[in-house]
Amino acid sequence: MAQSGQGYRGSDDYIASKPLMEIVNVSIALGKPLVIKGEPGTGKTLLAHSIAEALNKKLLIWNVKSTTKAKDGLYVYDTVQRLNDARFKDKDISDIRQYIKLGKLGQSFKSDEKLVLLIDEIDKADVEFPNDLLNELDEMTFHIPELDEEVAAIHRPIVIITSNSEKELPDAFLRRCIFHYIEFPDEEMMERIVKVHYPDIEMKLVKEAIKRFYWIREVDGLRKKPSTSELLDWIKALALGGLSVDKITSEIPFLGTLLKNELDTGRFVRLSNAQGTGIFRRR
Amino acid sequence: MFTDFFYTLRKKGVPVTVTEWVSFMEALHGGYFQSSLNHLYYIGRAFLVKSEAYYDMFDLAFQEYFGGISSDPTVLDKVMEWLENPLHRLPKLSPEEMAEFQNKLEDFKKEHDMDELMRQFRERLKEQKERHDGGGKWIGTGGTSPFGAYGNHPGGIRVGGESWSQSAAKVAEERRFRNYRNDLILDVRQTKMALKKLRELKREGTQEELDIPETIDKTAKEGGEIELVFNRSRENSVRLILLMDTGGSMLPYTQLCERLFSAATQANHFKELKYYFFHNVIYQDVYEDIANYKRVPTEKLFSQFHKGYKVVLVGDARMAYSELFDINGCIDYFSSNDTPGVEWLLKIKDHFPHSVWLNPTHKNFWGHYTVDTIGKVFPMFELTIDGLKDAIKSLTGRAKPVVLQN
Repeated sequence: MAQSGQGYRGSDDYIASKPLMEIVNVSIALGKPLVIKGEPGTGKTLLAHSIAEALNKKLLIWNVKSTTKAKDGLYVYDTVQRLNDARFKDKDISDIRQYIKLGKLGQSFKSDEKLVLLIDEIDKADVEFPNDLLNELDEMTFHIPELDEEVAAIHRPIVIITSNSEKELPDAFLRRCIFHYIEFPDEEMMERIVKVHYPDIEMKLVKEAIKRFYWIREVDGLRKKPSTSELLDWIKALALGGLSVDKITSEIPFLGTLLKNELDTGRFVRLSNAQGTGIFRRR
Repeated sequence: MFTDFFYTLRKKGVPVTVTEWVSFMEALHGGYFQSSLNHLYYIGRAFLVKSEAYYDMFDLAFQEYFGGISSDPTVLDKVMEWLENPLHRLPKLSPEEMAEFQNKLEDFKKEHDMDELMRQFRERLKEQKERHDGGGKWIGTGGTSPFGAYGNHPGGIRVGGESWSQSAAKVAEERRFRNYRNDLILDVRQTKMALKKLRELKREGTQEELDIPETIDKTAKEGGEIELVFNRSRENSVRLILLMDTGGSMLPYTQLCERLFSAATQANHFKELKYYFFHNVIYQDVYEDIANYKRVPTEKLFSQFHKGYKVVLVGDARMAYSELFDINGCIDYFSSNDTPGVEWLLKIKDHFPHSVWLNPTHKNFWGHYTVDTIGKVFPMFELTIDGLKDAIKSLTGRAKPVVLQN
């Protein structure tokens, strides 16, 4: 970018690859939502936190669940409450406004300052969910029929959308977004990530642990490959356990922090014993 | 600018739309790109490609269009060789120099357009035969030609060099995303995703959704005493029968079929999932186990399952002519059949109008008599993600009648 130094450059506890940084900056500059996809544990959700922190903006998180409807993000009209209030005379029920509660997307539009809005795990919702948000994300306005009022974004929020690819997102939706697929970090990148989290841990241990970690990931047919967060847990466990570097090269202690599936553990132990790569202790 | 690239992408199968292209152009003209291939590659990709399944095709298109650089590996190697160990690194520029640099950049933009620059680049790549350092025309290091690395020509095209973890051309060339292609592999997760499209929503099950209009209505009728009315939420009502070939010719595709099988059994959104096995073609029995021991009469499928069930048959559909068309054509020595296999297939199609055949072999190998015939009974699709998607479309659409000649 022309004005380097400005814009998003990663934050203290988050290492973004150079392409990702540039893409974040372009999407902020153009005001387009950014769709982030990638394996679990590649830091999709953390990216939004990091952007908010680096640019000193407030972060709103909209956690999408399988039951979430697109309208929930805009506003909720609490009809039952109103119906209930109608039975008693103590409230003025003609003012609908008090029964309209803005959702996360609505809040981010109404905010006085530019916000970072994270729509987390959008693929968890129904297949039609993203399509119902097309116009809202494109124009950054929506209409409340009950009030006959238009809610328009005062400042276009920086919208980050994450997807675990449980469902595919509709084309019409993707067309309006910028897309980036976060690859699983390579060893060098992983080293930097670990260093950011645990600056004090001995480098030799980290290097060796990472080497073992990638080796485990390459074992064929694991049900759940260990991801970054599991590596971080493991390294922490190793450091706390005060194990020497040689220990890791000869065996894999605390295997349970890396492999969370009994079948995987069994398979892995069998496989590595067959290869004669040492003794494994399960804890 | 680069309009041809748009068509190259489409030709390679990346579904780029005009909307996306226009926003890409906007970004390009808005000055968000450095004139480097890396920017073009990564940011262009973010704008134009919306699924990692197409990353590989994008890589191919990128290679083809920004061709001279990487399509011929020997040329690329040579270029990289010339650019290694530059004579001098980029000097630190003072603010005045920076300003001049900016001016030069503007002039350069006026004089050349990017298409022209790319053309020249390719041409020079062709002409240039040796390493080049300094100077103002050839691709090399430390010079002021618009092409090369570590030089300081504003707006030029950068070939390799530091600062990015990997150069675009190299990334494109590595084709790291090959495994994400839709038409190649079919892993359990992807298959599950594809199977999720197979659904019909119906209101069934427990009543848990608040029906607001009905509630208001009831409440009004009760004279203001609140009466909550609940409704059934919508659920998938698809019932699926999976019939899989375990014949010898299917052996090379075992893994593929296993994946489909585990995806189908893991996908818990089906109302009901039944699976049976058969050997090459279906006769009077199907089997509950892969080893074909536990027999279930095929007739029982008809009596047990109504025609709303959707049927997916998986097999290579290749067998001896007699196996499909003859009485007692069954390949197993101890089995006999008084009705030819093709009759049974027609019966199945007749009873379950929503049925498809998935074939793990490539379309090019379907030119076989039994494959053709079975393809006429059941709509046949390749066992790839794309094929599966088409199959699901066909399953949820209207059933077509069978036309068998002779």
